[in-house]
Amino acid sequence: MNRTVPPLGKDLLGLEPLSADQILSVLDTAEPFKEISERRIKKVPVLRGKTIVNLFFEPSTRTRVSFEFAEKRLSADTLNVSSMGSSVVKGETLVDTARNLEAMKIDMVVIRHGASGAARFLAERIPSNVINAGDGWHEHPTQGLLDLLTIRDRLGTIEGLKLCIAGDVLHSRVARSNIYGALRLGAEVAVCGPPTLLPVGVEELGVTVFERIEEAIAWCDVLNVLRLQLERMEGGYVPSLREYNRVWGVSSARLEAAERDILILHPGPMNRGVEIDSDVADGPHSVILNQVTNGIAVRMAVLYLLAGGKPETAEAAKLGGET
Amino acid sequence: MDEPSVRRALARMARELVERNGGTEGLVLMGVHRRGDDLAHLLRAEIERAEGQTIPVGTLDITLYRDDLAVIGPRPIVGDTSLPPDGLDDRTVVLVDDVLFTGRTVRAALNELMDWGRPARILLCVLADRGGRELPVQPDVVGRSIDVLEDQQVEVLVPELDGRLGIDLVRSWPEGA
Repeated sequence: MNRTVPPLGKDLLGLEPLSADQILSVLDTAEPFKEISERRIKKVPVLRGKTIVNLFFEPSTRTRVSFEFAEKRLSADTLNVSSMGSSVVKGETLVDTARNLEAMKIDMVVIRHGASGAARFLAERIPSNVINAGDGWHEHPTQGLLDLLTIRDRLGTIEGLKLCIAGDVLHSRVARSNIYGALRLGAEVAVCGPPTLLPVGVEELGVTVFERIEEAIAWCDVLNVLRLQLERMEGGYVPSLREYNRVWGVSSARLEAAERDILILHPGPMNRGVEIDSDVADGPHSVILNQVTNGIAVRMAVLYLLAGGKPETAEAAKLGGET
Repeated sequence: MDEPSVRRALARMARELVERNGGTEGLVLMGVHRRGDDLAHLLRAEIERAEGQTIPVGTLDITLYRDDLAVIGPRPIVGDTSLPPDGLDDRTVVLVDDVLFTGRTVRAALNELMDWGRPARILLCVLADRGGRELPVQPDVVGRSIDVLEDQQVEVLVPELDGRLGIDLVRSWPEGA
């Protein structure tokens, strides 16, 4: 009688382990959630009584606010813990922080951490549902999902599309989640950026590498422009921001050369005039703000789906005691 | 119950709704996803035929308002909810569903309607009332009251989803319930 969604399991740590069906079920579930944010009363009682902790060890505005909106619109009680001003600065370990929160009886943790694998580390040690909101250079699955949803909104499907991820792929968890998710749904994926900012052996993931942004633009249907983290310049990865913009920047002149419409995504925050020019960011093919709107719906969908998820083994259910 | 008798029941229900409302003014039909939605459209067609007025129809998906979400494992698919363009404020909102059983769906639907606006009045209209209420909920307009055994299930068939209109009584097996 009740039609159900393929279960996601206890945690969302990345898109790599998910099947195409699971990814599509999150995107499909996000559709009805979009409408809730348009209501006069933007709230449904589905997570009433659930306590969610947003554990942010790295600065974040967009992702944290988006998760918080999603949680509140589903009626969950939320608590934000950021590394600044918390006991983390006093030297507490991640697992101790989590166990202490666990001892306060929480249901879900959304974690952003600078170390790759931090979300998995936590998920294996506490019985609460864990959502990865970005771990180091590893994955940022909800960003990957909202990118896929935004692309599907505009172009109808992911399958068969050509998606290029341009910029600092090396340090980008967004790039990895995009690559895994888009490949799983049958897109062709390429990366493009300065050789210093591409991971060694990135082709092994099944992506094409373009050495020039012009070639990438000539090839792709969708261009996901990554943020150039300004500290990379000091790290010696790029000579200067001006040179980066001149060689790798996405400008309307470069896009016009493609003579067809290319959908432009950017995970934010943007460096206007560095990786992307203002007229492109604000242009008709930019869906950057749609990404932000979709982010809430996707996160609502993930929260809804995980709230029913149980640990896959009885052992995992007993976690929380030992490490 | 075969198609002609369901059609006759729907025609009578449409008349009752208009009579209770004293006309079609301010009347809004909200079908409960999924079969109530089709029934709402059939009722609208009946009202249109009898009164010559087209009344607004919306859809209500109550998944996010269910009271058993905490206990069921796999997540139910969330359907669409859509409101008539002029909303529900100060309208007579008719909640349309296929089968009335425990009353829990109606409870969820009432809560959801209240989040959407402030109707002047809400009427409950169901095609089949099979008894077995677990909450104090009573319908205003009923197609047919059916006495059923505990292990029987009332299935309403609608053209959109099932290819025909009708009410079937089927035995429900424990695992398929």
